Amino acid sequence: MLTKRVIPCLDVKDGRVVKGVNFVDLVDAGDPVELARAYDAEGADEVVFLDITATSDDRSPTVDLASHASAELRIPYTVGGGFKDVAGMRQMVAAGADKVSVNSAAVKNPELLTQAAAAFGSQAVICAIDAKRKGKADEWEVFLAGGRIATGIDAVAWAEEAARRGAGEILLTSMDRDGTKEGFDLALTRKVARAVPIPVIASGGVGTLEHFAEGILEGEADAVLAASVFHFGTFSIRQVKEYMASQGIPVRLDF
Amino acid sequence: MVAPRIAIVDYHKGNLLSVVRSLGDVGAQAFATDDPTQIAGADAVVVPGVGAFEDAMDYLQTSGEAEAIKDAAARCVPFLGICLGLHVLFERGAERSDGTAGDWIEGSGILKGSVTRLTSGRLKVPHVGWNQMHLTSHGRACPLYANVPEGANVYFTHSYALADDIDEDIIATRSHYTRSFASGVWRDNVFGVQFHPEKSSATGLTILSNFVSYVEHA
Repeated sequence: MLTKRVIPCLDVKDGRVVKGVNFVDLVDAGDPVELARAYDAEGADEVVFLDITATSDDRSPTVDLASHASAELRIPYTVGGGFKDVAGMRQMVAAGADKVSVNSAAVKNPELLTQAAAAFGSQAVICAIDAKRKGKADEWEVFLAGGRIATGIDAVAWAEEAARRGAGEILLTSMDRDGTKEGFDLALTRKVARAVPIPVIASGGVGTLEHFAEGILEGEADAVLAASVFHFGTFSIRQVKEYMASQGIPVRLDF
Repeated sequence: MVAPRIAIVDYHKGNLLSVVRSLGDVGAQAFATDDPTQIAGADAVVVPGVGAFEDAMDYLQTSGEAEAIKDAAARCVPFLGICLGLHVLFERGAERSDGTAGDWIEGSGILKGSVTRLTSGRLKVPHVGWNQMHLTSHGRACPLYANVPEGANVYFTHSYALADDIDEDIIATRSHYTRSFASGVWRDNVFGVQFHPEKSSATGLTILSNFVSYVEHA
């Protein structure tokens, strides 16, 4: 059976990890690839490098990161952040990235997803969506620029369009929950997971082991992503997977 | 012992660094090459998996790599095909350049049978992620899987897989998704895997290490 994935996310700026890390035994805890290797050893199913450098910046540090990651990592990895066109994504795939994640540029130009899927295959194209709840109703709006820019676009409708246009996966972040440790927005996750025929990665808000399992069992996600609980060593990836397994979720534990 | 020289066949569809470096990790001197002479002179040949069947066969044939591969396999040079590199070992495949299924495209025909698309239904295609490989009795005898437990998780990313018309007695591992398919084959010096050992963490490195040991003793 295809297992449910646990994915640590690393925020990278100018080729360095920016969030605090708690891996005391690393020679260089700011080196994203070294941190990713530590996550591989702990059982991460893949890793996401999110380049938080402004989109207008020179891309070279991230291309360097991608080729360094291909040389050193023995699990798949995704690079996201700031892609504007297929040429930029192609550079990353050519450097060895297994997948690229695109967010704002796809909202502005949905055709980009079609072009990327044609160029690299759908399995290599993730559409990242940052969603915020509209009032109290079960409706969510797509936001850009880390939650600063409202688009007026319905998040579920956008996820459906992204899948139709060739995205192979949706990385869905709840802007309401991100950083709160209150758990995923399960209603949002479930609504998107039921709406699209492609895998959904739940993101934003994990604070407890139960939250990870809920993302799969109640949110119906195919994968769960978290950053700070791993970086700060609140949980190891093995701990998370063992808990998920105890809740009857198929996970990879032979590492 | 001198590290065995393993040629990674480059057909210019993607980055081969992780395959090259993974084999390096387990003691081989691996190098990517598109030169048929280099392929012919190597101690072992690996065909990695990037792109579509039609493009790969086009390139392999035009460049002379296809001949070098067939020749190496026939000379009993150890051979490993990964993902699409597994597919091209067979007689025919349905995958066109744009990823859609069409008329048969001729493969290298080193092994008998076809490659067909996984049909999506309740499950999503492509089949991407970690799934189990189940060893057959043939697989339990296969040097590639020494110290690899039955049901080990390995990383897959593919929309096409071997069909049921391949010889049953070469099937070393099976995996189950939209259908049951051969995820590992073995005949004499020829090994092929549907999953990506270079992306399969410690289990993948064990499999590659077994391949390198086999090359050293071949």
